[in-house]
Amino acid sequence: MPTHPFSRRGFLRSGAALAGAAAVAPLSALPVSAAGDLTVGFIYVGPKDDFGYNQAHAEGAAAVKAMAGVTVVEEENVAETTDVQKSMESMINFDGATLLFPTSFGYFDPHILEVAPKYPDLRFEHCGGLWSADKHPSNVGSYFGYIGMGQYLNGIAAGHATKTKKIGFVAAKPIPQVLLNINSFLLGARAVDPSITCQVIFTGEWSMAVREAEATNALADGGADVITCHVDGPKVVMETAASRGCFLCGYHADQSPLAPDMYLTGAEWNWAQVYTDMVTTTMNGGSIDNFVRGGLAEGFIKMSPLGPAVSDAARAQFEATKAEIMKGGFAVIKGPLKDNAGNVIATEGQAFAETDVALESMGYLVEGVIGSTS
Amino acid sequence: MTDLGIWAVPLAILAGAIRVSTPFLFVSLGEVLTERSGRINLGLEGTLVFGAMSGYAVAYLTGSPWAGVLAAAVAGALFGLVHGLICSLPRVNDIAIGIAMMILGMGLAFYFGKPFVQPVAPDLPAIPLGWWSDLPQVQAALQVNVLFLIGAAAAFAMWWMFRATRVGLIIRVVGDSTDAARAMGLRPALIRTLATAAGGAFAGVGGAYLSLYYPGSWNEGISSGQGLMAVALVIFARWNPVACFGAALLFGGAGALGPALQSVGVSEGYYLYYAAPYVLTLGVLIATSSPHRAMTGAPGELSITK
Amino acid sequence: MTDHGISGPATGAPLRAMLARVARRAEAVVLPLAALMAGFAVFSLFLLMQGKSPAEFFSLVYKAGFGTAFSWQNTLSRTAPLLFAALCVALPARLGLVVIGGEGAIVLGGLAAGALGVSLAGAPAAVALPLMALAACVVGGLWIGSVGALRYLRGVNETIASLLLAYIAIALMNHLVEGPLRDPASLNKPSTAPLADALRVGDMPGWDVHWGLLAGIAGCVLAWALIDRTTWGFAARIAGGNVRAAQVQGLPVGRLILGFTALGGAFAGLAGFFEVAAVHGSANASLASGYGYTGILIAFLARHNPLAIIPVAILLAGFEASSGLVQRRMDLPDATTLVLQGFVFVAILISETLYGRLRIFAPERWSTR
Repeated sequence: MPTHPFSRRGFLRSGAALAGAAAVAPLSALPVSAAGDLTVGFIYVGPKDDFGYNQAHAEGAAAVKAMAGVTVVEEENVAETTDVQKSMESMINFDGATLLFPTSFGYFDPHILEVAPKYPDLRFEHCGGLWSADKHPSNVGSYFGYIGMGQYLNGIAAGHATKTKKIGFVAAKPIPQVLLNINSFLLGARAVDPSITCQVIFTGEWSMAVREAEATNALADGGADVITCHVDGPKVVMETAASRGCFLCGYHADQSPLAPDMYLTGAEWNWAQVYTDMVTTTMNGGSIDNFVRGGLAEGFIKMSPLGPAVSDAARAQFEATKAEIMKGGFAVIKGPLKDNAGNVIATEGQAFAETDVALESMGYLVEGVIGSTS
Repeated sequence: MTDLGIWAVPLAILAGAIRVSTPFLFVSLGEVLTERSGRINLGLEGTLVFGAMSGYAVAYLTGSPWAGVLAAAVAGALFGLVHGLICSLPRVNDIAIGIAMMILGMGLAFYFGKPFVQPVAPDLPAIPLGWWSDLPQVQAALQVNVLFLIGAAAAFAMWWMFRATRVGLIIRVVGDSTDAARAMGLRPALIRTLATAAGGAFAGVGGAYLSLYYPGSWNEGISSGQGLMAVALVIFARWNPVACFGAALLFGGAGALGPALQSVGVSEGYYLYYAAPYVLTLGVLIATSSPHRAMTGAPGELSITK
Repeated sequence: MTDHGISGPATGAPLRAMLARVARRAEAVVLPLAALMAGFAVFSLFLLMQGKSPAEFFSLVYKAGFGTAFSWQNTLSRTAPLLFAALCVALPARLGLVVIGGEGAIVLGGLAAGALGVSLAGAPAAVALPLMALAACVVGGLWIGSVGALRYLRGVNETIASLLLAYIAIALMNHLVEGPLRDPASLNKPSTAPLADALRVGDMPGWDVHWGLLAGIAGCVLAWALIDRTTWGFAARIAGGNVRAAQVQGLPVGRLILGFTALGGAFAGLAGFFEVAAVHGSANASLASGYGYTGILIAFLARHNPLAIIPVAILLAGFEASSGLVQRRMDLPDATTLVLQGFVFVAILISETLYGRLRIFAPERWSTR
């Protein structure tokens, strides 16, 4: 292996020999918090009141804050750059945080993977990452929820509500978690009526208000009459869709206050339970699993209460399917199924249960979704 | 609902032009007023964002969106006034002050705007001008906001003002030659400051449109550079208010291209379609600029065209 | 005024000459510092009006920005891209050009370095890293150089053109990173394929700060030498004062404009190179994280003096390094740092009007009462 001075590995090795005391000095100077007390740090990529992704996490953090013996420190609008690395270290060095929840997808590689090895006694819990034992440090964990199941249930409500047989999805970027949501939304609707199609429009950004509004209008112009989304803050999509007379399915958090009459239901995170569980485990001296996943049954996600526009038939199918999902092992992606370019995704009898890790590297849109992944 | 097929694209561009253009229109009108007096205010992005915040906050607190618009105009005028006063000092760079005021405006807007992200403020009213059509797409496209109509009227009024009124003449003289203005007994610094303040008020109203109508909510990402782009549109429009109206419509329409193409099935390379407004603006700038003569319509005292 | 002790040319000449020299030099240091203090003062008033303690604020800024070894590492590791980004503004500014689209060159420079690095996976670092850096420089240089070319050849306003090109660059980068150049294994954060470990730029020995900082400082010194110590720089200063006069004197204005904008763009491209090679390990959307815009602020605060960029960049990086602690301890929104930057920026620009007007710094006016 080349030992060029610019090589990170090379330096790590020689750095030890050079007794790089300065580099590790802050470690030994960690402020020690009072016995039994735990300081937990939460880092958000956007504002924590965005009606969406970050708010869902901040609501979880608020639940942790209410626990006895726990101090919560938070930082919002932290970019997926050196910023987040230093925010983590700042929480560790100045606040004595020993359990960190950097919540954005993009924080994982390389940022958490860069910082975690420097603090082997601390715990880094990341939302959405794909932790694997042979590649990643053992003090890093990843957790996520089967929110696609929520979008499947959204789809069932949408399938009953749509009159045009066309539903719409405003999406940020074509990444696996988003694609799974789009596919689940359509397949839920097709469980009601197989002729339904779903138009997707990618905005290309996690948060860009005017473009999200334009995308929503384009969906409505194209005839979609039930709309959901996967962007960081769904407020603009929900308000715009409601003003166009479309029904809404929420995402990330409960958006029903924005348009109570048009809101059917929504797929929400339930981080309060996940976070309080993890903090309790840590305080009791236990260890959190490195790879944690859960769905409706485990309380990782929940559905918004069904709105007034949901028909009795819809309600019945919704509740029946939800009960089915609660039993575990439910598969949304199951054969026979093709993608929207005609390739076979699953043959007759083949099924990808919600727990299947293969779903987390999804790269296709299923037949019936109008849109493309690049 | 009727499927319009490929005709959905031009309709979406028209609809987008009407929906999206208003902030560009107001900011560029404000900038025309300022630049015609011989100053450039590059900080209207900050004014726009602060206008969006203050408009939303006041509309929420009073329950009246028009009170919000008024508040945004007043806040914008204050920002313009500060910019104008600072630039009246000798050897202060108006472009740099603009960038500084942009940072300050955005900082203050985000700082004071925190408590107003969650509440829902009342929207500005729109007039349904599409009643004659059976197509819901056309009806939706022709939901025209009152501010759009006011902006269009203001564009023509400002054009007339520069052409035919004494105030317009004074602003033009000050903008074309400080010396000539002094010889006429005018006070260039005062007039420029007032023009910048008035320009700021326009930009503030543009911001209020963003937060109170389309997309109609306040958050830190509400503006994606509309205030900065509007400054580019002024050069594009050759300092002519009526041309600003056209430029704003064009830019708004080009912005609708990305979503519209995806909705009719042209879904690959959407980032490139989203860049269309910028490419278009740059192309027109390149095509219409010339190294040999000052740009037609450019005020003589303007720092960026000297 | 403290000129009473200076009685006349006969007796006080050497002392007076020395004082005059000190006074002339002092202006360039005292005025910006005074303006900085004025900016802090206004910001303190702002905090007091919110019922927050300025003393607590500034002590937290000191603690988290400069107070401990970790704080310094935090500050300095944020400094590197800012140095390069500021040079992209400061160099064209010597010619009177206001370029605000350095972000575009950072993004495309980083993308070029990342994409080239992927195809150089097996090459020795000593060859591959300079090539990647060169690619970043060339792409960044072409991008901002084209702004200069448009300005000179077509008279297109450089401020607007560079801004438009920055939006276009970001769209191009997103398109390539999520399309043709995407590593299929980059699941939830679309990126180019990761660089080989050997092609990563590491930290400086004993520091948790990558080599980009040293390179950035070297870049500032080089830029200073170019402006202050070469005929090229001299010609640029004349052209910046008055383009028409420069052309009359036969200075190659076109080449100067092209050269300075391209060089500025090349520096911005290097910022992208270090972001990819030292921080991210691949090119992705995080390249567009606003360094180019902070660079504008720094260059103006440093009055486009490349050497002054170094302390100013460190100061601003310190503000940003401390913003998290301020957020956590004082319950202030993260926009507080932006407000502070705004006040300081305005104050420094206002101070421009004082240069050459205060008698204390103008020895030739000491005796005229």
